[in-house]
Amino acid sequence: MRTIDTQEISDAVYRMATRAGLNLTESCRTALTCAANGETGAAKFALDTILQNAEIAKRERMPICQDTGMAVVLLELGQDVHLSGMPLAEAVNDGVRRAYRDGCFRKSICDPLTRENTGDNTPAHLHVEIISGEEVNLTFLPKGFGSENMSRLFMLTPAEGKEGIVNAVVETVKAAGSRPCPPVYVGVGVGGCFDSCAFLAKMALTREVGTSNPRADIAELERETLERINALGIGPQGFHGRTTALGVSIEAAPTHIAGLPVAVNIQCHCIRCEKETL
Amino acid sequence: MKQLTLPLSKEQILSLRAGDCVELSGVVFTARDCAHRRFMELLEEGKPLPFDPHGAFIYFAGPCPAPAGKACGSCGPTTSARMNSFAPTMLKAGLSGFIGKGEMNGATQEALKTYGGVYFAAIGGAGAFYGNAIKKMELVAFPDLLSEAVYRLEIEAFPLVVAHDAHGGTVY
Repeated sequence: MRTIDTQEISDAVYRMATRAGLNLTESCRTALTCAANGETGAAKFALDTILQNAEIAKRERMPICQDTGMAVVLLELGQDVHLSGMPLAEAVNDGVRRAYRDGCFRKSICDPLTRENTGDNTPAHLHVEIISGEEVNLTFLPKGFGSENMSRLFMLTPAEGKEGIVNAVVETVKAAGSRPCPPVYVGVGVGGCFDSCAFLAKMALTREVGTSNPRADIAELERETLERINALGIGPQGFHGRTTALGVSIEAAPTHIAGLPVAVNIQCHCIRCEKETL
Repeated sequence: MKQLTLPLSKEQILSLRAGDCVELSGVVFTARDCAHRRFMELLEEGKPLPFDPHGAFIYFAGPCPAPAGKACGSCGPTTSARMNSFAPTMLKAGLSGFIGKGEMNGATQEALKTYGGVYFAAIGGAGAFYGNAIKKMELVAFPDLLSEAVYRLEIEAFPLVVAHDAHGGTVY
């Protein structure tokens, strides 16, 4: 049994949130640079500005995008860990609160009806999974809502199969058009049930852009979907071009014999995701 | 690339065509969803807007707080489509146009044509770039809306693309 003070978790969340707000992931920067080389006109202008923006954010220590997002935290907790100190959710929220205050990040969380801002970007969306061992794995994903708003969930029938999955994803990206800040990264959940499917899609976004699902048939589905999305011609910022998406990441889980849930979670080109293990 | 300084004359606006890349400097006002709802209430009650709308440009944006030594924090555009229901009324009130990201609807494009306005697309996600190009920022109205309040910004060489022009042309 290992004891971890939740203050350590709070501090890890603080560090990850701070880094995420100021930096693109390395794989995202590589994908954007590669995309910029293949575009012309306004699309090229957009990608060049985006790459310059990443440099300015780093140099000036300014958030890469003013939408510093809703804080999504995945915490994998080893079952041989005993947590001491303040309650876990409070520790996570405290890390978010401090990072958004000290980093001059925008506070974007409000009551859904009165629209009154909570003032400190909490509460975070905390998801805890129990794993074996004595470690705590943390993932921090600040999720902007320009792209979140374009996300969708489909309850397909088993008969619709793989073709139905690809169509659902392509249809979602097409309907989103220029609004979610393309080129986008598309997280797809396939299987599970209504809520777990949506969560799979979110977790798909924590995978590095440019990687494939280890299952060959799913990797093939990712390639096919990406090709169809980029054939739409929406392009960077909707200015037409080859790059509508930087990647498609699909995560799958067993589902019910009567269903085929498909969730599509859109991420803008500003992919920010940080991980730490305690 | 065209260098433009606000306010723009009618001739300057009419000379812009969808797809043109420009650098824009001068004064703009920020407003998002909540501020626009309040603008509509003021106009319905026959009360003045918190700034003179004639020839003005609204930047659909809600900045991050300013770090020490900066006029403004990170400040890229938000999705303009959410302001579609307000845009024609704002143009009718005298506005010359908007800066935001993504396509606006047919009614807005029609209103830009009717009133001789223009919609510029800023590059979504380039918040640090735009924030760094804001030289002065002053609160104008609705401080309770925090980042969504109305601010007067002095911008310098904002990289923009003419998205919907005054002739019905569109880049999308």
